[in-house]
Amino acid sequence: MESRQRGPGRLPSDVLRVDAAAEVERIGESLRRIVGLTLRRRGVIIALSGGVDSAVCAALAARALGPSKVFGLMLPEKDSSPTSLTRGRHVAEQLGIPYAVENIQPTLEAIGCYRSRDEAMRAVFPDYGDGWKSKIAIAGGAQGRFNYFKLVAQSPGGSLKEARLPLKEYLQIVAATNYKQRIRKTIEYFHADRLNYAVVGTPNRLEYDQGFFVKNGDGSADLKPIAHLYKTQVYALAKYLGVPAEICSAPPTSDTYSMPQGQDEFYFALPYDKMDLALWSHNHRIPAGELAHHLGITENQANLIYRDIEAKRNAARYLHAAPVLVDAFLAASA
Amino acid sequence: MQGVKDQVKGYLLDNFLMGGMDQDIQDETSLMDSHILDSTGFIELISYLEEQFQIQVSDDEMVPDNLDSLKNIAHFVSTKRALATSD
Repeated sequence: MESRQRGPGRLPSDVLRVDAAAEVERIGESLRRIVGLTLRRRGVIIALSGGVDSAVCAALAARALGPSKVFGLMLPEKDSSPTSLTRGRHVAEQLGIPYAVENIQPTLEAIGCYRSRDEAMRAVFPDYGDGWKSKIAIAGGAQGRFNYFKLVAQSPGGSLKEARLPLKEYLQIVAATNYKQRIRKTIEYFHADRLNYAVVGTPNRLEYDQGFFVKNGDGSADLKPIAHLYKTQVYALAKYLGVPAEICSAPPTSDTYSMPQGQDEFYFALPYDKMDLALWSHNHRIPAGELAHHLGITENQANLIYRDIEAKRNAARYLHAAPVLVDAFLAASA
Repeated sequence: MQGVKDQVKGYLLDNFLMGGMDQDIQDETSLMDSHILDSTGFIELISYLEEQFQIQVSDDEMVPDNLDSLKNIAHFVSTKRALATSD
């Protein structure tokens, strides 16, 4: 494949090392300034998914603003893992922050989330129905193909089926499941409005850069305090902040589909620690051969990962874009 | 092959560039690098090719060498159709 124009850079082994104490202090100062002076709100709302990113954000906010100024939300539905709620509670109770649990399943049923999703799944697998479990998984990018999604479904008897998703069904499944993140965000802003708080978004750098979020869903927030940190660095902060061990040791999941699903399987080409290194290397123009050496893969595979990073960045442009004005009058009058 | 190129170009101009100009897509323009198509766009393109030209695009064929420019698409579609005819 075409060779990339890259510098002679080397890939040091400790590139993702972070001074956790200093970083916690720096983010804390920023949080106080952003919430109080920039946003002029009295505290923050954080939806606790049971994962490490939201746990770290909650711990950072509780430390910077005080536990009474952080309100946690657990928003489960029928496809959520039961451990997500347990872990979310554990975080809130350990930090001493007030919180609420609101099951969003009745809202999702009323709005047609599951019905629309299952209708699209039945178009692919006509037998799909009660008792079946499913997930979608990304494919292609790491093999040098264009990215596409596969539907994986498991019958009540345990047999597995897998098929490439046609465009219409892919778009409908994504649109339906995106209801989950968007309903959650609506509830977060209800609490933010009633308390005069700001909403914290919890993406790490990998998710933010690569577009692993739902526009106007989990992508919507007033501030995103860890969006500059690689996932490896988020784990380092988690350890420093005393985030419960069961959260620090759990592999990242999407917690959106009824079958178990790792984030790497759903969206990223590699497990997070390797993906972090690949993204850092791409950002610092490290030659593919050097990355390949560190990850134990071929140079061609490393080049494909670099290309996949760019393809996902390209797809993420729309997700990041603010509403576009024909005439940007505010900027012109500033 | 020119017919396939013109047809696909018209489809891309109408659906992705919303009536863009003819010169916006040259035969060798990379649809990915020029941000004309993102990953969902390529899935749309594949659906169009399958329907329009009565071909089946397998997972292994979803590569830039087949689909990233008008020239590559025309060559790919022509080859697929020729293979289908000879079967």
